[in-house]
Amino acid sequence: MGEVIKVGMADWKTCSGEDAVTTLGLGSCVGIAIRDPATGVGGLAHIMLPDSTEIRNNGNRPKFADTGIEDLVKDIVRRGGNRGRLVAKIAGGAQMFSFGSKSTMIRVGERNVQASKQKLSELKIPLLAEDTGKTYGRTVIFYPKNGDFVIRAVGMPEKVI
Amino acid sequence: MKDLNMEQLTDQYFDVLKELGNIGAGNATTALAQMIDCKVDMHVPQVKLLEFKELGDMVGGEDKLMVSIFLQVEGDIDGSIMFMLSKTAAAHLVNKLMCGMLGIDEEKADEYEFGEMECSAIKEVGNIITGAYLNALSGLTNMKIFPSIPQLGIDMAGALLSVPAIEFGVFGDKILLIQTQFSDDVVLDGFFILIPDMESYERILGSLGVM
Repeated sequence: MGEVIKVGMADWKTCSGEDAVTTLGLGSCVGIAIRDPATGVGGLAHIMLPDSTEIRNNGNRPKFADTGIEDLVKDIVRRGGNRGRLVAKIAGGAQMFSFGSKSTMIRVGERNVQASKQKLSELKIPLLAEDTGKTYGRTVIFYPKNGDFVIRAVGMPEKVI
Repeated sequence: MKDLNMEQLTDQYFDVLKELGNIGAGNATTALAQMIDCKVDMHVPQVKLLEFKELGDMVGGEDKLMVSIFLQVEGDIDGSIMFMLSKTAAAHLVNKLMCGMLGIDEEKADEYEFGEMECSAIKEVGNIITGAYLNALSGLTNMKIFPSIPQLGIDMAGALLSVPAIEFGVFGDKILLIQTQFSDDVVLDGFFILIPDMESYERILGSLGVM
């Protein structure tokens, strides 16, 4: 059994071999799992906001979908992943409450999902599966070796996408 | 003060927030004691400025089941406020409030599904507690603050916290958490997150004479 590496909010981690990456309690944030199926190198990013260019204070790159995914991909390649072979799966982007207090909060989950997909398509990384939206939190575990993306939610059966 | 961010908060501002937390928690404790008709003690609240990744651990783990009450405020301050407590603590409060009529087994609170009655009771508790805080803030700053109808969320701590974290995330990399412990026969940990928008922060600080 490998190690399960925890990814916090506004963070990303990569791993290989038997190891897995996990993030607990994804709400409106989005978890983006990327791997190279041939080498089994992969990683998981936990982003909070869709676009770093919309915000002045944007030094924290893992916080945003655009810069977070970019950095995650770079690190996967650095660890031996092949840029052209990468594939992705995403989860999260829920609407936890039916309102947000500011314009930036309106449908932020949905916008996080959209921004993540857009970045992936810009980078020409195919999106194989997703479990997004709805109104509940998700805990996810990603196994880059076989590509399993395990999703757990409160009061629901575990699923693998 | 266009470039105010959370990292630049002064000790003085922290003290103000702590005091605010104290007064708010004091008000809330009194209200709570009247509501459940028993003596409730309160500990000095802790005010912490945390990184997003530290948040989960602070409340007992990102996947811990929590109950949260989230409401918007408007008036002289725009923003939102969240009060959070563990599902076990919520079950305890509901039992007290309903004089044990629903007989929730607190040991198994995590598996217990709150019905309409329980949710309504929790919302009421949340309303009273957040109301007490907002009253303290309003009284201290002499500003008008109007809360919206509360919304209830029962889910993993991380998922619930993502909502205020994202709001804070727009202008900083840290989040301000006020932790309050209430106790009657058991100790209940309550977590408070106030999320005023940037202009409101300046207004709060200004009216308190901090800036």
